[in-house]
Amino acid sequence: MELYQKTAANLSLMLQKKEVSSVEVVQSFLDRIELVEPHVKAFITHTPLIALETASAVDKKRLLGEDLHPLAGVPIAIKDNLCTAGLRTTCASRILENFIPPYDATVVEAIKRAGMPLLGKTNMDEFAMGSSTENSAFFSTANPWNLDKVPGGSSGGSAAAVSTGMAPLALGSDTGGSIRQPASFCGLIGLRPTYGRVSRYGLIAFASSLDQIGPLSLTAHDSALLMDVVAGYDPLDSTSLPEAVPDYAAGLEGEIKKLRVGVIKQNLADGFNPEVKAAVLKLVALLGANGAEIDEISLPLADYGLGAYYLIAPSEASSNLGRYDGVRYGYNAGGDNIEVMFSRTRGEGFGPEVKRRIIIGTYALSAGYYDAYYLQAMKVRTLIRRDYEAAFKKFDLLVGATTPTPAFNIGEKADDPLQMYLSDICNINDALAGVPSLSVPSGIDSCGLPLGMQMTAPPSREGLLLKIAGFLEQKRDPFPLRPRVKLSEGGEL
Amino acid sequence: MKYEVAIGLEIHLELQTKSKLFCGCSTTFGREPNVNCCPICLGLPGTLPVFNRRAIELAVTAAIALNSAVSDQSRFDRKNYHYPDLPKAYQISQYEQPLARGGFLEIESEQSFKKIKLERVHLEEEAGKLIHSGSSILGSEYSLVDYNRAGIPLLEIVTAPDIRSGREARLFLEDLRLLLLYTGASDCKMEEGSLRCDANISLRPSGLSSLGTKTEVKNMNSFRAVETALNFEAKRQEAILKAGGSIAQETCHWDEAKKETIPLRGKEGSSDYRYFPEPDLLPLTLDRALIQNISEQLPELPLQRRTRLKQQYGLEAGEAGLFTENRALGDFFESAAEEYSNYRSLAKWVRGDLLYQIRESGKPVEEIQPKQLIELLTLLDQETINRPVAKELLSEMVKSGKGPKELVKEQGLERVSGREKLMPLVERVVAENPAVVEKYLQGKDKAISFLVGRVMALTGGRADPGEINKLLKEKISQ
Ligand SMILES: [Zn+2]
Repeated sequence: MELYQKTAANLSLMLQKKEVSSVEVVQSFLDRIELVEPHVKAFITHTPLIALETASAVDKKRLLGEDLHPLAGVPIAIKDNLCTAGLRTTCASRILENFIPPYDATVVEAIKRAGMPLLGKTNMDEFAMGSSTENSAFFSTANPWNLDKVPGGSSGGSAAAVSTGMAPLALGSDTGGSIRQPASFCGLIGLRPTYGRVSRYGLIAFASSLDQIGPLSLTAHDSALLMDVVAGYDPLDSTSLPEAVPDYAAGLEGEIKKLRVGVIKQNLADGFNPEVKAAVLKLVALLGANGAEIDEISLPLADYGLGAYYLIAPSEASSNLGRYDGVRYGYNAGGDNIEVMFSRTRGEGFGPEVKRRIIIGTYALSAGYYDAYYLQAMKVRTLIRRDYEAAFKKFDLLVGATTPTPAFNIGEKADDPLQMYLSDICNINDALAGVPSLSVPSGIDSCGLPLGMQMTAPPSREGLLLKIAGFLEQKRDPFPLRPRVKLSEGGEL
Repeated sequence: MKYEVAIGLEIHLELQTKSKLFCGCSTTFGREPNVNCCPICLGLPGTLPVFNRRAIELAVTAAIALNSAVSDQSRFDRKNYHYPDLPKAYQISQYEQPLARGGFLEIESEQSFKKIKLERVHLEEEAGKLIHSGSSILGSEYSLVDYNRAGIPLLEIVTAPDIRSGREARLFLEDLRLLLLYTGASDCKMEEGSLRCDANISLRPSGLSSLGTKTEVKNMNSFRAVETALNFEAKRQEAILKAGGSIAQETCHWDEAKKETIPLRGKEGSSDYRYFPEPDLLPLTLDRALIQNISEQLPELPLQRRTRLKQQYGLEAGEAGLFTENRALGDFFESAAEEYSNYRSLAKWVRGDLLYQIRESGKPVEEIQPKQLIELLTLLDQETINRPVAKELLSEMVKSGKGPKELVKEQGLERVSGREKLMPLVERVVAENPAVVEKYLQGKDKAISFLVGRVMALTGGRADPGEINKLLKEKISQ
């Protein structure tokens, strides 16, 4: 087994036992990137030198016997909406194509402190707006399981990188499914933590009240290790949770107490792909066979979530994206006066989906429409949150499909925003409620595409999600976790 | 027809914090452009605001001093608009749930008190500053922007339309300024832009309660400009109404050079700021204990002080006013009054000679010791020195910082008095000036003042003219 095929937990052990150096580990991933990246295109920016430098520094420290973080020397890829000091951060947008932040996001600082070599910044939908990574201003990313399919989005680059062994771990961000949906499409663990669990400082905002950073990985253990690096209170983020963070990796051990599992009716709806549903029910049955109490639950307001989300998120986005005007940084199209400069810069700098959402959001917040749209959506959000509170009085865990279908074709939904929005239908309510939610691989369909089950827990119980995901990894019927990347010209990688 | 003027003011004050409202950058005025900046106040992508607790405390202090009801929970909203001086393209402000509602400021206008009601007091962030190469952003070849100011905490105070004249507006601002100086909330320097004021002004037939159509007057850069501009605007509106015309609701620009308000017709469309709750900040919760604590620690406010000074020391209105406006001088007076009970005399010396000497020497009153003035007045009361010497000593005292007793000794300034010391001098002057003595004896009473002057000169001005006068008459009548 090559180094790049190993899990982060494995690599961590090997490094700690000095069976391998971090430089060797990083080199293995760099070689893999060289081979696979031309076909998958997961990265916007490659940082091999930074990765090797960090690796060699960690190796030196290890030789000197210094105390190191368990993930020290284990490389990582991060989504290109996380600010990196001195390294361009584009958000996959023309408007930030050459933007070099002077500061690190809090999570980036944490990664650096842990000694994790940075392999690169991954592709995404522009400003995280999309579900297929086709909205990147630069290029689309392919699904490693079938290069004609999308990897999901908006964290599609992070998902594709981990899935192909171009990185053992990645960070993504999830506003309304942007970690979980690509994790499902690529056969990975993808965790959206409780809102506030991971600092948003340095995450380029899409919708501030919904954005959360989280891990994508091959196994629950790997995600737990990465959560141990990035989770926790941050005085720079007023919305970050002050409560202490458990040790997620340690929390994976031990018995699972008698679980009450609620199967969300709406997330296994009639129109869903039968193989998707069957795979979820199989895992549910496995939980049942291991002592969980299973029941069905209907979230009364679930059907209104998508509508509320597509008012709240664009409203916040319309405000968050106002600052890209060419005055201080980023793309500037010029113009004879300030008004022309503003409109040309924004007209040329933003892609069509971003513009669509800015327009929707601007409209929803306008005088005379605010009450009917934004305010109404916020009321729905409150009611959805109450639905969850009620549900968690009866259940420890809510489950359903992560997505209604497996990965769709590149271009299939690109011209139909509504169809695209519907692909996040199972992910949005959790985001509105601010509760933690995780996608765990549930199998491979008859076309060879991965499937996922989404599990949702009460606030701050992401540890439980990781633990159950770990349990399922051990107990489920085995299926391949990594694809063989089949090239159109023949051959596989 | 008689018209009544209704003016409402919208005042912006920079709060006197060391750092900005949502980041740690310095608020120091007058530094080179764009040095008091960081990724947060420049609104770089991904940055987030964090409250400056000190700004909140100062805002609460000001609100309480203005009798405004501080809310247990208020909220921040985003006010969205595009302008190059606004780094995030929104200003974090308070819209639906301001920090405090209601309140009033009592002003003293023409010997009577009047309460000007307030609508609200809220907290927001300051924008940057634009410098145009031409007259405006669209009429310039280029504009420069300085973000040193961006993010400084601002307090917005909105009054009810209770103000009836430009003069009243000015008095309100002067009293507001003094009040906020007392609370330490703001330094209120209009010339540095830390206090700014816009006004809404309308006219209505006297006796009518509904308001007429208002105009908004901007660009008034001093208290005097506020008075002049609003009086001008009131006259302009009155002329239009008397001619049978109607007022257009518009914004007017005060032109300080022309002394006119100039309507900016059609230049500003109605703005839609698309306010919505700021998702990056939690609602601001103030516990009762904090509000109570700030309320208890509030210093004595100007109006209370003025009244107390009059009652406690029997000061005249002018003196009480001076000792309130010039807080340090008032503090000096009070400190001296603790050990000197002739308040009338003390007040006269403090507001007269002492204030004069302070202004002359440029020395702050804080550097002068009240006990030195008491010492001086005691020497005078004991007739160790006379009044002209006391005045001279005060000047020396302020300049050198030396105590009066020390100076008296140093310069031999003790008063020359008593028959045994003065009589020989009197005899000498009488002997040397027989002609003058003769004139006096012939009934020219004024001649004696010449002789008094001669004796005074011989004592180096240290004697009491009355005593000399007495001894002279005694000598001549012998
Ligand atoms: Zn700053």
